[in-house]
Amino acid sequence: MALNKYITEQQATLAERKRPAMIMTHVVCGYPSFEDNWKELEIMQEFGVDLVELQFPFSEPSADGPLFVKANQEAIENGVRVQDCFEFMAKVTKEFSFKVVMMGYFNTIFKTGQRAFLQQLKDAGGHGFIVPDLPIDEAQELHAIAKELDLSPIVLMTPTNTDARLAELAKSADGFVYTVARKGVTGSNTNMNEEVAGFIARCKQFTEVPLAVGFGVSHADDIAFIGQHADIAVIGTAALKAWEQGQETALRQFFTALLK
Amino acid sequence: MDLFNFTDGREGYYGEYGGTFLPEILHSTIEQLKTEFRKAKDDPSFWQEFIELMQSYSGRPTPVTHLANLSKKLGGAQIYIKREDLNHTGSHKINNVMGQGLLVKRMGKTRVIAETGAGQHGYATATMAARFGFDSKIYMGAVDVARQRPNVFWMENMGSEVVAVTDGQQTLKDAINECLRDWVTNMDTTHYVLGTACGPHPFPEMVSWFQSIIGREAREQVLAATGQLPNRVFACVGGGSNAIGLFQGFMDDQDTQLIGCEAGGFGPGKGNHAARLAYKDASVGVAQGMKTYFLQNDDGNMLHTHSVAAGLDYIGVNPILVHLWENNRVRFEAVTDEQVTEALKLAMRTEGVIPALESSHGFAQAILEAEQMSKDEVVLINMSGRGDKDIFTIADALGDEHWKTFIRQKAEEYGPE
Repeated sequence: MALNKYITEQQATLAERKRPAMIMTHVVCGYPSFEDNWKELEIMQEFGVDLVELQFPFSEPSADGPLFVKANQEAIENGVRVQDCFEFMAKVTKEFSFKVVMMGYFNTIFKTGQRAFLQQLKDAGGHGFIVPDLPIDEAQELHAIAKELDLSPIVLMTPTNTDARLAELAKSADGFVYTVARKGVTGSNTNMNEEVAGFIARCKQFTEVPLAVGFGVSHADDIAFIGQHADIAVIGTAALKAWEQGQETALRQFFTALLK
Repeated sequence: MDLFNFTDGREGYYGEYGGTFLPEILHSTIEQLKTEFRKAKDDPSFWQEFIELMQSYSGRPTPVTHLANLSKKLGGAQIYIKREDLNHTGSHKINNVMGQGLLVKRMGKTRVIAETGAGQHGYATATMAARFGFDSKIYMGAVDVARQRPNVFWMENMGSEVVAVTDGQQTLKDAINECLRDWVTNMDTTHYVLGTACGPHPFPEMVSWFQSIIGREAREQVLAATGQLPNRVFACVGGGSNAIGLFQGFMDDQDTQLIGCEAGGFGPGKGNHAARLAYKDASVGVAQGMKTYFLQNDDGNMLHTHSVAAGLDYIGVNPILVHLWENNRVRFEAVTDEQVTEALKLAMRTEGVIPALESSHGFAQAILEAEQMSKDEVVLINMSGRGDKDIFTIADALGDEHWKTFIRQKAEEYGPE
């Protein structure tokens, strides 16, 4: 519920902030390093992003595209542990005003212990979690603990889902719903068109929860499009790509162009 | 015992193992697969079509051979081997692949993808795709491409595109991740021909079903040859498809011991091997679509694995076998690279058979145990594949000088690029 309240408040200030949609960005913990992560987050704060996903690196990131695969792999090779990610999250949530959700794969949670993991997430100031390889059918226990701790399980809706499945997914939705704009993995461009608009409209039939749109969002036009149809634009790979090209300068340029 | 009767539990679960852990975007794809598979399994004409195809195309039933010389040399139990090496493409992998191919036709899909470790599954898939007229792409870890070039050669020549995967450890698990990435993009036209009895439900059940042809044949054949059931049945376990295939034939024969032989690599110790159950280095986790034992660290990140046999070099294991292991129906043993090479040499010298390095794990453990058993007892080993494909690895392991000279000459003949 805490996340829902925050999102409603941020939503209300969009016009005043001259923003078509709320913005959620993504950082892979410890890639290239926690120091670089911090600098990225400072810039994200400066540009007024509303939400940040902190990805906990996993050795088998099967839903991610090449750039995030590399980021996961190198973070692990650099020795990033689950505990480091929680410590980092605690510092981030203390320092910055955007809200943080954990993104990662289920084994990271399962191996830590579902209750222990969510308790640490709560203690570190996180508000929810996105776990792309955990279907709702296998998530009862995790979602029940989340409810107790007032954490939001972020459900994914996808264009291949039937109406019946969307209705089922909606029952578990809290905070916001992550709608996947297209098939495939993270990182390649999505043509924001009628098809995407139709899919978002279909999701809206089943849920009142705000909708985030992700996968391939990289231009100001995309944000405008998402603003017309949904609530939150998810910036993933594009921001990391900018950082890789030229650190602070390139990332600032990227957000300036994106949010002009 | 019906392993696949889920009425008292959750569908796709074997004890607490198995399940379907996939991205939401594949939900309807996997539901369609479940439905089509269920229809096929309930349709006796489908199994009949499968049997006929395997007879006419792959030479089934494969024989059971008595290794009389080896048995005599060891002075213990009578050793029999199930000759899956005599299948077309040289291993049991073709059973599963042709079965899934028939299912792909029923689903009306036109493209198949597959992961492969040793290359046997990729080779079989390429064959099936050529035969059925499907487009095909095979994902193989770059390390495995380097150690299994002969199989890559055949896949490419049968019209498959072979992609060398350079992520992670560049082995089987990374090829599986890459297949999942392809599948989440192309599921409308594409079926993922998973090669072992792992991954999300219904794959463990489906692959086990097609591979059960091994056990059904073997039980009858051993009975006919010896007048008794085998006392012990051995099979190597990577993902676990040849083992579950053979074991199913003897599931209700409580006096027949079932032994899964894992890759002991350099021996115990994290990172040295790929033995999930025989050694104590693995723990329960959720990855690659299923809940099972994985070789992983405390954070749930996968460990490096090692085996001389690429086909056994895998982090996880068939959830059905884990369930049977917990219920003391299947015993697990690990066999080191060194033991494997010795067993292979012995098999070649005494019997003129060349088991694949994977299958040689079963041979090594069986040889160890047969020696201690009495002459009127019977053991059965699954010779899941032939070793010809391993010629480069085996020649290295044996330090064969004639082979090295040949390779040098060949390289000279080709000259620089």
